[in-house]
Amino acid sequence: MTATATSPSATILPFAEPLKAVRDTRPLRLITCGSVDDGKSTLIGRLLWDTKAVKEDQAATLARDSGGQNDLGLPDFALLLDGLQAEREQGITIDVAYRYFSTDRRSFIVADTPGHEQYTRNMATGASTADLAILLADARAGLLEQTRRHATIASLMGIRQFVLAVNKIDLVHYDKAVFDRISHDFREFALSLGVRQITAIPMSALKGENVVYPADASMPWYDGPTLVDALELATVRSTQAGGFRLPVQRVVRPGESFRGYQGTVAGGSVKPGDSVVILPSGTVANVKQIVTFDLVRNAAVAGDAITLVLDRQVDVARGDVIVSLDGQPMTGHHFDAQLVSLQPGGIEPGKRYWLKSGSRRQRVAVEPISQLELATGKWQPHASTLAMNAIGKVRLSFEELAVFDAYDQNRSTGAFILIDPDTLNTVAGGMIIAKRAEIGGIHRADAPGGQRVVLSLPADLAEQLMASELFANRRDETEVKRMTAKQAADLFSNAGGDI
Amino acid sequence: MPLSVQETEVKNPPVSRPPLDPHLKALENEAIHIFREVAAEFEKPVMLYSIGKDSSVLLHLARKAFYPGRVPFPLLHVDTTWKFREMIEFRDQIAEKYDLDLVVHTNPRGAEEGITPFSHGSALYTDIMKTEALRQALDAGGYDAAFGGARRDEEASRAKERIYSFRTPDHKWDPRNQRPELWNVYNGMVRKGESVRAFPLSNWTEVDIWRYIQAEDIPLVPLYYAAERPYVERDGMMILAEDPRLELLPGETVQQGMIRFRTLGCFPLTGAIRSTASNLEEVIAELEIATVSERQGRAIDRDQSGSMEKKKREGYF
Repeated sequence: MTATATSPSATILPFAEPLKAVRDTRPLRLITCGSVDDGKSTLIGRLLWDTKAVKEDQAATLARDSGGQNDLGLPDFALLLDGLQAEREQGITIDVAYRYFSTDRRSFIVADTPGHEQYTRNMATGASTADLAILLADARAGLLEQTRRHATIASLMGIRQFVLAVNKIDLVHYDKAVFDRISHDFREFALSLGVRQITAIPMSALKGENVVYPADASMPWYDGPTLVDALELATVRSTQAGGFRLPVQRVVRPGESFRGYQGTVAGGSVKPGDSVVILPSGTVANVKQIVTFDLVRNAAVAGDAITLVLDRQVDVARGDVIVSLDGQPMTGHHFDAQLVSLQPGGIEPGKRYWLKSGSRRQRVAVEPISQLELATGKWQPHASTLAMNAIGKVRLSFEELAVFDAYDQNRSTGAFILIDPDTLNTVAGGMIIAKRAEIGGIHRADAPGGQRVVLSLPADLAEQLMASELFANRRDETEVKRMTAKQAADLFSNAGGDI
Repeated sequence: MPLSVQETEVKNPPVSRPPLDPHLKALENEAIHIFREVAAEFEKPVMLYSIGKDSSVLLHLARKAFYPGRVPFPLLHVDTTWKFREMIEFRDQIAEKYDLDLVVHTNPRGAEEGITPFSHGSALYTDIMKTEALRQALDAGGYDAAFGGARRDEEASRAKERIYSFRTPDHKWDPRNQRPELWNVYNGMVRKGESVRAFPLSNWTEVDIWRYIQAEDIPLVPLYYAAERPYVERDGMMILAEDPRLELLPGETVQQGMIRFRTLGCFPLTGAIRSTASNLEEVIAELEIATVSERQGRAIDRDQSGSMEKKKREGYF
C-alpha cells in the first residue's frame, strides 16, 4: 500500500495500472521484537490482514479455532502466527516464524520472534538475516528492559535500521506527550548503540491505525509515515562495496576441459580479467569467465550464485575463498569475536568446536573473555562457560589458517556458527571483530582496540584481578592470559628468537 | 557461448532470457546456494519430486545450480498410484528430456491390502501411501538429505520450519527442538541414520512461484490451466472424473465445465476450481485477486487444525 494508493485523489491510478506488481528491489527482511503482550503477533497479523496476505479459508480456520472474534469483529491475529500446537496451547510464541506479505512497491519477509527472555537465542536467529528491526513498546508501559535487550541484540547482529512501534496508543487516549516521551527515550538508547536510522510511529495494531492505513482522525498531531510507508522506504543491505569474496561451495568438472568454482558472491563484484587470490593458499590467478545457466555474464555482484572459471590450473577446493587482489580479508590463527550462546550446555572455555563460516568448516578452540550485561549494556569480564542466551566476547584459536572479514565490514564472511562435536547441534552464532596478532607472549589486537598491556598470570590470580573494579574500568587497556608457570616458560623459550 | 563450455557436452543448453527482476533473482540465488551446499555436504542427497508446480520450479533451480554439470542426485517420486494420469505422463517426459535419474516408489501395502483413498479415508490412506511410502523409499535409498519444495507461506507449521530441517533416524520432526539457523550458514552435520529435509523454496510465495514459472518459461502439467473437463462434485470439492476407478455415489453425476487445479496431488483428494485461466498470464491475473489459499483444495489439510504439523512430525514431507 503506497501513500498514493490510499489518498483519494490518486485512486484512479492503481486501477489503470496492471495488477502484476513489478518490484524493483529485493525483498526487505525484517524482524519484530518486543516484550510479551506488547501485541507483536497482533501487529503482524494486522500487517498480513491489511495487505491481503490472509486468504478467506485461512480466516475461516482462524475464526473456527479462536471460537469467536474479538470485540472489533476481527479474527484473533495471534492465532495466525502461532502455528505450533504447543504455542496454541500455551498462548505464547516459542519459535521464529517466517511470514510473507507484499505491497505494490516491494515484498517483505518477516521473522516473528518470541518475546520471552528464555528465547533470546531465537531472536538472534531472526536478527541474523534482517535488514530492519521493528521494536514494539506498549504505550502504557513505555520502554521495558526487554525492549532494550532486544534493541541491543539487534544492533549486535548488525541491524542498522530501527522502527519503534509505540503500540496501543488508543489506550492512552492518543496522547502525543506519551508518544514523544517514549520515542525520545528510545532514540537516546538507540543512539548509544550506534543506530542512527530510527523511525518512531504511534499506532494501534488492533485497530489498524498507522500500520497500513494512516490515522489522521485519531492522531492529527502525527504527520510521519505509517509502518508500511517506513518499511517501503527502508534500504536493503548490500555488501557490493569492498573486496570481492567467493566462498567456494563446490568444484564442477563436467568434462576434462572445464573446471568451474561454484558459490555465491559474498562481497564486492567480479568481471573477466580480474586478478584474484585463492585463500588460504595465496595462489594468484585471473578470472576467465563467469558462467551461469542463462548466459555467460560479463560481471557478477554480491548475492549472485555463479560459477567462476580461472585462466590457469590451480588448486582450489570447497572451503577456499576466492578474493580480489586488492582489499583482501584477514587470514590468521587467532581472532576476536562476539557470539550468542544458543544451547543449554553453553559455550565452554577451551572446548574444541566445529566452526562453519561460508562453505568452510574447521576446528576451533574458544576462550570466553567477557560477557554483555544486557540490563546495563556493559561488558563484564567473564572467562568461564557462557550460558545459554549469553552474549560474550571470545578469542578463537584455529589449528589451520582461517579467513575472515570483520562482521561490520561483511555480514557473510564475518559471520560463523559453532557446532558441538558431541551433539552436532548448532551451539552459537558469532561475529568476527578483528584478527589477533600474536608474537610470543605479547599480544596486540589489530583493531579496533590498538595496543594493550598483556599479562600472563596463573588462572586463580587472573580471576582475582579481573574481578576488581579497577581492572573493569581499564578493561580496554589490558589483556589477561591465564596460564601455568610451565606454560609460560614453554611459551617464552619457544618465542625466544622472536623477542 | 565460449569454447570451454561448448566442449563439455552439456545436454539441453540454456537459452537467453531477459534478466529476472531483483526480487525473483534474490530468491533464485538463495535456492541455488542451498542446492549447492547440500550437494557438497551430504553423502547421498535425493530430490523429492511430486510433479507439481513447486517441484517443477525446484527441478529448474537444481539444473541451474549445477550447470554445466548434471544434477548430481536422483529424483524420487512417491507414487500412490492415484495421481492424475497427466502427471505421470509429464513426469516421464521430463525425466527423459533432462537426462535425470528418476526413482519411483510405491508402498506395496497399497496393492496387498487394497488401500485406496475411497476405502480407507484420506487420513489413513495418506499415512500409508504417502508418509510410510516416503520413509520406505528414503530408507531403501540410504539418503541423508532430501530436497523438498515446501514453502513457509503454505501453512502455519511450515512457517516455523528451518531450511535444513533435521530428522531422526525414524524420520521424526521435533518442532520444539529445531537447530538454530543463522545467516545462510547451514549446519549439515548428521550422524549415521539421521537426515535433513532441505527446502530451497522456503522463502517463496505462491505468487513468486507463478511469476518465476512465467519468467523462466518452465513447463507444467497441463492440469494447472483451465480446460473443459469432466468432474464430479463430492464433499464440496470438484473431483476430476476421467479415471475408471472413480465410482459414482448415489446422486452423483459427471458434469462438464471449465476447471483447473491450483495444486496437484492424488486425484480423489484434490479439488478443482472453476476458472477460465487457460494460460500463464491468465492464471497469474486470477491468482492476484484470489481470496482463498491454494491448500483450500486439499482434503488432507482440513482434517483438523494442526493436522499438517502432526503429519510432519510423523515423517510426512
